[in-house]
Amino acid sequence: MTKLIRTAEEAKQDKAYAEALTELLYQLGDDDFIISYRGSEWLGLAPHIEEDVAYSSITQNTMGHAAMYYQLLEDLGEGTADELSKGRKPAERRSSVYLEKVNGTGDYVEEPEYDWALAVVRNFLYETLKRVKLEALTESSYEPLRQTAHKVLMEQSYHLAHWKLWIEQLQDSTEVAKTKIKNRLDEAWKEFGDALTYGPKAEDIVKFGLSIDEETLQERWLERVNEVLATKYDSIPEKGLGDGRAGDHKEDLEQAFSIFSEVYMSDPQAAW
Amino acid sequence: MTTLQPDEEVMEVLKEVDDPELIDVSVYDLGMVHSVAINDSDVHVTMIPTFAGCPALDIIERDVKNAVEEISWVSSCTVEFSFKHLWTTEMINDRGRQQLKKLGIAPPPKNFKEGEEWTVHCPYCDSNYTSIENVFGPTACRSILYCKECRNPFEAMKPVLQQELNAL
Repeated sequence: MTKLIRTAEEAKQDKAYAEALTELLYQLGDDDFIISYRGSEWLGLAPHIEEDVAYSSITQNTMGHAAMYYQLLEDLGEGTADELSKGRKPAERRSSVYLEKVNGTGDYVEEPEYDWALAVVRNFLYETLKRVKLEALTESSYEPLRQTAHKVLMEQSYHLAHWKLWIEQLQDSTEVAKTKIKNRLDEAWKEFGDALTYGPKAEDIVKFGLSIDEETLQERWLERVNEVLATKYDSIPEKGLGDGRAGDHKEDLEQAFSIFSEVYMSDPQAAW
Repeated sequence: MTTLQPDEEVMEVLKEVDDPELIDVSVYDLGMVHSVAINDSDVHVTMIPTFAGCPALDIIERDVKNAVEEISWVSSCTVEFSFKHLWTTEMINDRGRQQLKKLGIAPPPKNFKEGEEWTVHCPYCDSNYTSIENVFGPTACRSILYCKECRNPFEAMKPVLQQELNAL
C-alpha cells in the first residue's frame, strides 16, 4: 500500500513522484482535450439533430474533464490551464496519436466528408478505456486525482452508454454499416496501442501507486470491449501511428493545433 | 425580530442568486453552496460545481461575489468551486424541485439507483405517461422528454449519482 499524498505541495516534495504524476496528468488531460476537439468538429454535422445535441453535450463535458486535469497541473506549478490547453506545441503533447486523427477528408468549413463509423468506433474504444482508468484512479495515491476521478465518473457513465448503444445498433444493422464498423475496428487495432500505455514514465506511475499497471489496464479494457463487439479480438491494438505518450505525433495534430490555438496565440496575454 | 448571524445573512443572500440558466432557481436550492467562512469583513464561499464543463460556473461565481458584496458589512467576497465535494441531484432541496417544475423541468428522481428504471412525471400534468427523447439536452444537466398525456415536450434534470464501481 503506497502512501496517500494529499496536496500538490506534498507531491512536490518528492521530485520523482511529482514527475510521474505530472506525466500521467498530461496524458489524461491531453487525451480528453483532443478527443473533445475532434468531437467539436462534428457540431452541426452529426447524422441527426438529437445526435448533434448529444454529441456536443458529451464533447462539452469532456472538455470540462480536460480542464480539471489541467487545473491539477496548474496546482503543481505547470502553468495556467489556458496555457496548458492552448499554448503547448504538438511535440509537447502526450495524447494518443489515434485520438488526434482527422475525422475524415475535407475540413470543417469546406466539404467535411467525415466518417461516422470512425466517430463511433473511436469514441466507444476511448470511453471504455476512460472508464477502466477512472475506476483505477479512484484508488490513486494522489488524493486530488481520486476526487477528480469520482467527479468525472458521475458524468462519464452517460457518455459510455451513448457510444455503446451506437456501436451495438450499427453492428446489428445493414451490411454497409457492419462493414464500415468492422473496417474501422480493424484499423483501430493497428493504431490505438499508445492509448493503452503510460509512455516513458510507466514504471514510476505504477510504482508510486498513481494508477494500475499497463497489463491490468489492457486486460480489463479488452475484456470490456469484447463484451460489446460482434467480432472478438484476442490481442490488444498495435501502435501503428507512433507513440503519442512519447511526444511522437502526426501532421493531424498540427492541423488541429493551428485551429484551436489560433485565437489564443493571437494574444496570449488577453484577459477573457 | 431576531437579528441574523453574519453567516446566516450570507446564506439568505445566496438563496436569491439564481442559476443563470434556470430562472428563479437559486444556487442555494440547487445544493451548490457548500460552506461560508467569514473573517471580519471578508467572506469566502465554497461552492460545489454541478457538471465539470458547465459554462455557467464563471457566471455563477461572478453573481455570487457581486450579491454578497452588496451586504453592507462585507468588503470582499471570494468564491471557490471545490471538487472535493461531489454534487449529486439528491442535493436539490424541495423548494428547488418546486421551482424547476415551474420552468417546465421535471426534478430528478428521489432515491434513484444507477441502472434502475427512471420514471419521470410530466411537470405540467403530473402524468407518468412520458417518453425520453434524448438523455442529452440543452445544458449538461438536462434531458429532453415528451408527455404523451398532455402532449407537451419538457425537460428533466438528469440523475447524477456517485457510481457503484465494479470490483477494482
